[in-house]
Amino acid sequence: MRRVTPRSALGWAAVAVIVAYGLYRIFIRNDQLLFETALNGVQFGVFLFLISAGLTLVFGIMNMVNLAHGSLFMMGAYIGSYVFQQSDSFALAIAVAIPFSLLLGIVLEFLALRTLYARDHLDQVLATFGFILFFNQLVLRVFGATSQEFRLPDSINFPMPLFGFTYPSYRLIVIVVGLLVALGLYLVIAKTRVGMLIRAGASNRPMVGALGVNVRMLFTLIFGIGAALAGLAGVMIGPIESVESGMGENKLILAFVVIVIGGIGSIRGAFIASIIVGLVEVIGRVFMKDMLREFLPEEFAQTAGPALASMSIYILMAAVLYFRPQGLFPARTG
Amino acid sequence: MLRLALLCGGALALAAASASAQELRLGYMSTTSGPQAIIGAHQVNGWKLGLEHQGWMKDGDKLGGVTTKIFYGDDQSKPEVGLAEAQKMVGNHKVHIIAGNIWSHVLMTVQQYAIDNKVGVLSTNAGASPMAGAKCSPYFISTSWNNDQTPEAMGQVMTEEKFRSIWLMAPNYQAGKDMLAGFQRFYKGTGKIIDTTLYKVNEADFQADISKIRAAKPDALFIFAPGGMGVAFMRQWAASGAGKEVRLYTVFTVDYLTLGPIGEAALGSYHTNYWNPEDPNPANQKFFKAYVAKFGHRPSHFAAQSYDAPALIAAGLKAVNGKTEDVLALMKAMRKAKYPSIRGDYQYNVNGIPIQNFYLREVVKGGDGKPMIKTVRTVFTNHKDAYWQQCPADKRV
Repeated sequence: MRRVTPRSALGWAAVAVIVAYGLYRIFIRNDQLLFETALNGVQFGVFLFLISAGLTLVFGIMNMVNLAHGSLFMMGAYIGSYVFQQSDSFALAIAVAIPFSLLLGIVLEFLALRTLYARDHLDQVLATFGFILFFNQLVLRVFGATSQEFRLPDSINFPMPLFGFTYPSYRLIVIVVGLLVALGLYLVIAKTRVGMLIRAGASNRPMVGALGVNVRMLFTLIFGIGAALAGLAGVMIGPIESVESGMGENKLILAFVVIVIGGIGSIRGAFIASIIVGLVEVIGRVFMKDMLREFLPEEFAQTAGPALASMSIYILMAAVLYFRPQGLFPARTG
Repeated sequence: MLRLALLCGGALALAAASASAQELRLGYMSTTSGPQAIIGAHQVNGWKLGLEHQGWMKDGDKLGGVTTKIFYGDDQSKPEVGLAEAQKMVGNHKVHIIAGNIWSHVLMTVQQYAIDNKVGVLSTNAGASPMAGAKCSPYFISTSWNNDQTPEAMGQVMTEEKFRSIWLMAPNYQAGKDMLAGFQRFYKGTGKIIDTTLYKVNEADFQADISKIRAAKPDALFIFAPGGMGVAFMRQWAASGAGKEVRLYTVFTVDYLTLGPIGEAALGSYHTNYWNPEDPNPANQKFFKAYVAKFGHRPSHFAAQSYDAPALIAAGLKAVNGKTEDVLALMKAMRKAKYPSIRGDYQYNVNGIPIQNFYLREVVKGGDGKPMIKTVRTVFTNHKDAYWQQCPADKRV
C-alpha cells in the first residue's frame, strides 16, 4: 500500500470537502442544475474511461504511444453506422462493431505496431500519426464526406422523467454500460491469470518475459481489448454526436489527459481520472462564467469564462504533474 | 515561297491571338478534402449542374457564346492553401475570374490577391463583412449573401414572436460572433437576452449547455451550429426533451446538407435562409428537379447559389459581346445582367451583394415520411446588407 503523506492527506481532504459541498447543494438545497450537471459529468467521464482504458494499458504495459487509438474509436462509430444503415438495428450495430474493432486492433498490431515497440517514442508518434491520416482519408473515400446517418431507436432514447426533470435516457444507459465495463475490467485484472500478467507487465515488463510468458501474445491481446473498448465507445457515442472523419482526434487528447492524471498503465487510475476530468470539464463549462461574474466585469467574464473553462482540465493536469508527476494511481508502485 | 510561309505563319498567329481573346478561363475554388468536404461536394454539384444547363460539359465548350476552360482548386479550408491555389490559377492558367469559395477567411486572402492582379472574384458562398463594406471592389460579385443577413432575418422573426426571454449560442470564433452581431442588430423584441453561450469550435457534446439552458427556462433559443456541430446539437436537443419547453431557432445549422443525419430530431425547428426551395419560378423548379434526379438527394442552399454562378457569368458575357480581355467591364456587366436565378429576379447592391428576400423555414414531415424543409413566410423583402454604406464611393458599381 502507498504511504499516506501529509500532503496527500490534505489533497484527499480537499476532495472530500468539495464532494460534500456538491452533495449538500444537490440534496439539501435541491440544486437541480448541479445535479444534472454532475450527471452529465459522470456520463462524460464514463465515456472517457472507455477510450482511455485501452490507451493506458497499451502505453503503460507496452510503453507504446499509440496516437491511432482515436482512429479505432472512429472506425467503431463508422462500422456501427454502416451496419445501422443496412439493417436499421442499433443492437446489431453494437454487436458487429465490437468484434470488428477487436479484430482491427489485432490486425493493426500484428501488421504494423509490433515492429514499433523497440523503437523510441518519436518513431511511434510519427508512425501512428500516419495511421490517423490514413484512417481519416480512408473513411472519406469509402463513406464520403457527409456526416453518417446513425440514429438510436426511440425505445432507448427518449426524455426520461427523473426527480422532477427529464434526462436523455440513452445517457443513463451509457453510464450503466461504462460502469459495467469498468467492473468487468476490474474483475479480469484483479482475479484472472491474464489480469495478473497484465499487472505484472505494467510493473516489470522484462521480468514477465523472462519468466517464460508469451509477451507477444499478451501484447496483441491487450491491444485488441483496448481497440474493442475504443470501438465500443465509438459505436455508443456515434449516434448522439456526429459520425464524421476526424472525430477521434479531440477524444484522443482528452484520453491522454486522463491517463496522465490517472497514472500510466493503471486501470483504476484511468477510471477515477476519467470521472474527475469529466466532472471538471462539464462543471467548468456550466459554472465558470457565472463564477467569474461574481467578481469580474460582465464583458470580461463573457470572453474569459469559456476560455478558462476549456483550459480547466489542462490546468488540473499541470497541477497533478507538479504535485504527483507519476499520476494519482501509478501502476508501477501501486 | 518564303513570303507565303510568313503569310501563313502570320495568319496562324493572328488566328491564335483572336482565339485566345475569345476564350474565357475560370478558376473554381472549393473544399474537396478534409471534414468540411461535404460542403464542397454540394457546391461543386450545383456549379456543374449550372454549367450543364448553360450547355457547357467540358473544356472547349461554350459558356454564354464564349469558349471556356475551367480549372479547379481545393483550398482545404485553409487561407494559405487557398492563396497558393489562386496563384496557380492566375499565374499558370491566366484565369479571368475565380469563382466558388466557401470560407470567409479564405476568400479574404484570395480576393486581395485576385483584385491586385485584376482578376474577378465570384463568391458562391463566403460573405465576409469587410468585402461588403470598407474592402468592397468592382471586381467582386456574389451569388450568395453577406454573413450577417441570415441571422438579421432571424432577429426580425424572433422580435415578432414577443418572447419574454431568449438565449443565444454560437461557436467561439469570428463567424460565430458575426452571427450573434447580425441577430442582435435586428432583434428589437421585448425579450431579455438572458445569456450567450460561446462554445468550442467543433464541439460534439452539448448536453452540459442544454442542461444549463433548461435550468434558466428561456422562451426560445437561437443557435448557429454549422456542419457536424449542428448534427450533434440537434440530436442531443431532441433527446433531452428541451424542445417542449424552449422553442428552437437556428441559422446555417439545419439544411439539406445536415437534415439526413439529423433526421426527425429537426422536426419543428425554424431557420431563416435567402432561398425558398419551393419558389415557383422556372429556374428554381428546373434546378431542384434536375438536382434530385442527378444526385439522388435534395439540394442545399450551397448547391443552389453555386448553380446560379454559370448562368450569371453567361449573362455577363453576352452583355459584353463575348469580350473577355476587359475583366472589369465583364464584372460590371454581371452586376446589371438579367439571368434566370433560383431566387427569381433580384438587383445587386453597389458592393456586389444581392439585394434579396429572406424566408422563415420550418422542418416538417414530408409526404414520404422523411423530414423536409417548408417555407413558412417571407421575413425580409429586398433586404440590403448592413455594410454597403461603408463601401467607398469610387469602388461602387
